[in-house]
Amino acid sequence: MAFLTLESLTKTFGNQTTIHGIDLAVERGEFISFLGPSGCGKTTTLRMIAGFETPTSGTIKIDGKDVTDLRPNQRNIGMVFQAYALFPNMTVADNIAFGLKVAKKSSAEITKRVKEMLELIKLPDVGARYPYQLSGGQQQRVALARALAIQPKILLLDEPLSALDAKIRISLREEIRAVQRALGITTIYVTHDQEEALSMSDRICVMNDGRIEQLGTPFEIYNYPTTRFVASFVGTLNILNGQVLDSTSGRLGIDDQEIFTARELGGASTGDTLSLALRPEALSIGHANGGSNNLNGTIDEVHFLGSVVRIRVRFGSNIVSLDTFNRPHSAPPERGQPVTVNFTREDILVLDRPAI
Amino acid sequence: MRARIGPWIAIIVGMIYFLVPLIATFEFSLRMKRGEYSFEAYRIVLGDPNFQASFTYSALIAVAAIIFGVLLVVPTAYVVQLKLPRLRPLVEFITLLPLVIPAIVLVFGYLRMYNSSSWIPLTNSVRGTDFLLTCAYVTLALPYMYRAVDTGLRAIDVRTLTEAAQSLGSSWPRILFQVILPNVRVAVLSGAFLTFAIVIGEFTMASLLNRPAFGPYLQLIGANRAYEPAALAIIAFIITWACMGLIQLFGGGRQNAARR
Ligand SMILES: Nc1ncnc2c1ncn2[C@@H]1O[C@H](COP(=O)(O)OP(=O)(O)OP(=O)(O)O)[C@@H](O)[C@H]1O
Ligand SMILES: [Mg+2]
Repeated sequence: MAFLTLESLTKTFGNQTTIHGIDLAVERGEFISFLGPSGCGKTTTLRMIAGFETPTSGTIKIDGKDVTDLRPNQRNIGMVFQAYALFPNMTVADNIAFGLKVAKKSSAEITKRVKEMLELIKLPDVGARYPYQLSGGQQQRVALARALAIQPKILLLDEPLSALDAKIRISLREEIRAVQRALGITTIYVTHDQEEALSMSDRICVMNDGRIEQLGTPFEIYNYPTTRFVASFVGTLNILNGQVLDSTSGRLGIDDQEIFTARELGGASTGDTLSLALRPEALSIGHANGGSNNLNGTIDEVHFLGSVVRIRVRFGSNIVSLDTFNRPHSAPPERGQPVTVNFTREDILVLDRPAI
Repeated sequence: MRARIGPWIAIIVGMIYFLVPLIATFEFSLRMKRGEYSFEAYRIVLGDPNFQASFTYSALIAVAAIIFGVLLVVPTAYVVQLKLPRLRPLVEFITLLPLVIPAIVLVFGYLRMYNSSSWIPLTNSVRGTDFLLTCAYVTLALPYMYRAVDTGLRAIDVRTLTEAAQSLGSSWPRILFQVILPNVRVAVLSGAFLTFAIVIGEFTMASLLNRPAFGPYLQLIGANRAYEPAALAIIAFIITWACMGLIQLFGGGRQNAARR
């Protein structure tokens, strides 16, 4: 039995429905990310779990108990906000102790717990400081400690790292994950940064327009997207339009060239246009890779990104990006140069097949 | 250089406009004893038991009005900001009404509503009238109090702080008193000093409700004496400016305030 379940959860603001019936089952101790573009309803869903928004219909169950009608302060949920939201009039220690005081814990217990939490977030000496005396990263760690001090059933984080700069973001996401693992707390993490979601989560829930597009492990989401939206939102994906030439042998026409898929194109008939996805890292220049598909094109653009060189190649009306590693002793190719792009049959992902 | 002259002229004219009457009043208040400057008028005024009694009375009413005002305005402004932002224009309009409606109209309204033969005969007893006067002062100070508190609330992230406290299990009264109020302390203080300054000098309401407040005392002295009113005017001026100074002190010391 799942620890947190959402059953056909919907939310309507005025006459505009923003969440269209979400079903989700989160296991105890699991780290799930809500990933999706701005305005897709990640925050709204999270706020319904926290109790700040009332669902228009549907139920929310935590640990087998229906909490749909409970007020936020009765749900025992830890929440971390993008804007830290530390109480500016209280010291760090008082911030962490706030929830414990509300719960009427003894002062000895509170002192002990505050100390534990400060050690957990690796800031043992800041207890007497005020929030404005801490850096953004430190404030967010304190906010995490404050949320966890009350030993909540579920931890909710709404883009906790998006106000921080890139370096801290990476170290802090590892830290959040480590703390989450150590406590084994069921966690929902909202983000629109796919790298964050891929690197932290047990499972990712990709959302679009108030619906769950796909739910799966980072590996599944990245390698086997089931919809065109997921494929294009997660990772830098190349999408080609191919004309079915022979569905049994998987022969497809890309403008005036031909490629083959690994499996037959069940359901598609000759002449249909299919969307094909190719990951940049699956493509290589020249024939060295030994894949059986080759496409001839010209180099459109070369982006030198440091260790990686991203090259954009144009074939007629289609454009793909591919990544090569930087080699100090050979200069990257030039714009306008003709090249052959090579990939295997298995690398082609056929998206939105026509209905059978 | 030339561009600087215009503003300076304006400032100097303004200063003269304010300072000359003040200096003249002060100078006059020192001339009670013939042929020498002395603080005789001040000695008489401060030694007058009626001065002490009326000032104490007004100060007490002011404190009561401040407490009532804070308890009324802080939750109202908080709820409007958090839950009913669409009502903001309406609430702002209501809080501005006391600036538009003359005090004399207000007090006649009160007398009509709360006289001894009405449903709520507050004017029947002394305590009742004191209460009525306090409420009247809360109303008079409402525009200033509401604006100060509203500005204070806008400066903090009310919604997120509230939600953070809620998710930590906090109830509404605790959120209001332990999270919101301490963070708008500076704003509440400036509202409080403005209220104090208004109440200390107010004449119409206190006079028509027949309470021994400082305003009517000022008027009484002014009508019957020569030098004491000047001294009183200077004293009242100092009290008002002390209030303003305190607002500046607390308002400017935001960092200090946040520190504790
Ligand atoms: N209180 C509200 N009243 C009306 N509409 C709202 C309200 N809150 C959210 N919405 C709408 O619901 C939709 C989803 O918003 P939500 O904040 O959940 O998006 P999000 O996925 O968190 O986006 P972001 O990544 O920008 O934070 C948006 O179109 C938003 O305009
Ligand atoms: Mg959001």
